[in-house]
Amino acid sequence: MNAPDWWIIAAIVLGLVLVGLYLSMTAGRLDRLHRRIEMAYGTLDVLLARRCALTLELAGSGLMDPAAAVVLVDSAHGVLAAIDHDSDSSRRWLAESDLTRTLGGVFDDVQEVDEIREEPDAAQVLDALAATCQRVSLSRRFLNDGVRACRQVRGQRLVRWLRLAGRTPWPQTVEMDDTPPDGLSAITT
Amino acid sequence: MTDSSGSTQRALRIGIVCPYAWDVPGGVQAHIHDLAETLIGFGHHLSVLTPVDDPSTLPEYAVDGGRPRAIPYNGSVARLTLGVKATRHVHRWIREGEFDVVHVHEPLAPSLSVLTCWVAQGPIVATWHSSMQRSRVLSAGYYLAQTALEKVSARIAVSEDARRTLVDHFGGDAVLIPNGVRVDRFADVEPVPRGPGPRIVFLGRIDEPRKGLAVLFDAWPMIVGQHPDATLIVIGPGDAREALGDMDSASRERIHVLGRLDEDRKAQELASADLYVAPNTGGESFGIVLLEAMAAQTAVLASDLTAFERVLDGGGAGALFATGNAEDLARQANALLGDDVARQKLVEAGCHRVASFDWAHIARRVEAVYDSVIVPGEPVRVDLRGQLVGRLARRAGDGRVESTGEDGTETEDRR
Repeated sequence: MNAPDWWIIAAIVLGLVLVGLYLSMTAGRLDRLHRRIEMAYGTLDVLLARRCALTLELAGSGLMDPAAAVVLVDSAHGVLAAIDHDSDSSRRWLAESDLTRTLGGVFDDVQEVDEIREEPDAAQVLDALAATCQRVSLSRRFLNDGVRACRQVRGQRLVRWLRLAGRTPWPQTVEMDDTPPDGLSAITT
Repeated sequence: MTDSSGSTQRALRIGIVCPYAWDVPGGVQAHIHDLAETLIGFGHHLSVLTPVDDPSTLPEYAVDGGRPRAIPYNGSVARLTLGVKATRHVHRWIREGEFDVVHVHEPLAPSLSVLTCWVAQGPIVATWHSSMQRSRVLSAGYYLAQTALEKVSARIAVSEDARRTLVDHFGGDAVLIPNGVRVDRFADVEPVPRGPGPRIVFLGRIDEPRKGLAVLFDAWPMIVGQHPDATLIVIGPGDAREALGDMDSASRERIHVLGRLDEDRKAQELASADLYVAPNTGGESFGIVLLEAMAAQTAVLASDLTAFERVLDGGGAGALFATGNAEDLARQANALLGDDVARQKLVEAGCHRVASFDWAHIARRVEAVYDSVIVPGEPVRVDLRGQLVGRLARRAGDGRVESTGEDGTETEDRR
């Protein structure tokens, strides 16, 4: 073989190495993004569970009027039932949205909330609930941000053709109403 | 007392990374210093990793991240810490820290922040301080930057401009949490002894055109014309002689150049002034000094940059003049100096405005961001899977950590 052939072979080898490097780095990126999303799901899950627990605590504490207690318990139980029914996650987000709306309805008035907060025990639970609602909303925002970044990488042609994402399911954003109740957001802002 | 903001009440282990030398004054360093001390006040465990020239100047919560080197970067000479030794510091800090969350600042500055993003895995929060037009990292190093940024779970921007830079260049979202100010540090300072006439103060680098001292100097003779006993106090590093140009000697006599001052002295000067003027011509993304002046109960007159307009609540908490316009500056300054009631009104509005920027308040919002990315029982770990550059650095770094004790002794010697 003469000199130009060697050059061609060298160029091909270099090209393959570069493609290999690119693929390895992209796979690494995907791996990191998937883990970040998984972590974010974990955090959101914990925060939503805490919100549900605090709602039940408040409803059972005798600090609320009986009508408010009943609707709070009802929505919180809706969430618990949806978690048990784990085959369908969209049901869970619907139930969480319902709880958001119930909380928003019960705690829509700052003055009313301030009245309940005069009781020190109630203040403690309400403050924790307010903080949790705020964190739920932030946490979902960060989760969806990660999902969008991941979808962008997974949408690349090379990634799809070579199945760099392996068997990891297509990432899903969490769509639910997480607006913190008007009467509680005054506590955190 | 129960926690009034209702945070989750668990003491967190928080690691904060500062990209710039700790012993050099700067906005990012000041931000980190105040944030760290406020969070410690909330009962959290804090560790700040930062470059530093003289480790003996570090407070007890800060860790020496290595000596910064002067490196030309993005149009100016920055003092950054990078390289194998720095990466090793980051490794050890993360491994030993067992942080619930790591908070990096200015993650695109090629210093400890970006190294941390590379090395760490777990809940990472990043804060963007500056708004950039088009930096080299954003174009040439886009891929590397993107790789580091993908690990960041939550992004914070301190200003709308910084947020826009981030969103435009990298997409996605960021939470806006403004800079804070330690209102208590400015509230009860002892005023400096002063002469009879009104006192105006300027703060900023004298030789940096964007700080706008030239505009103020142009306006000064017009101010002295109406208030012959007025004094202008100029605080900041740089040579003022050149900036003074051909100003008449009567006006020149009423200017006192104090040079660079420490924070306490700066607070005193601010509190003793009748008017703080910020004639900046651009490049400001936030305007922390405006808040400091408000906290020191001094009326503010600033150029109408978007960032300043936001901080001053559209002109309600401080007067605004047309950017770069010396006549407008002089006219408004004269009006304010001659009207005690108007000034007092601005001071009261300023006090009210600055309360929402108090660190005690701002840090709660940062805490909420931490809580919304933390996974209980999952601390930040060292992790370099799928990353060639980082893996090479680890090999070099770990090798030295295990094979020699030199580094430890060396650090002790430096202390």
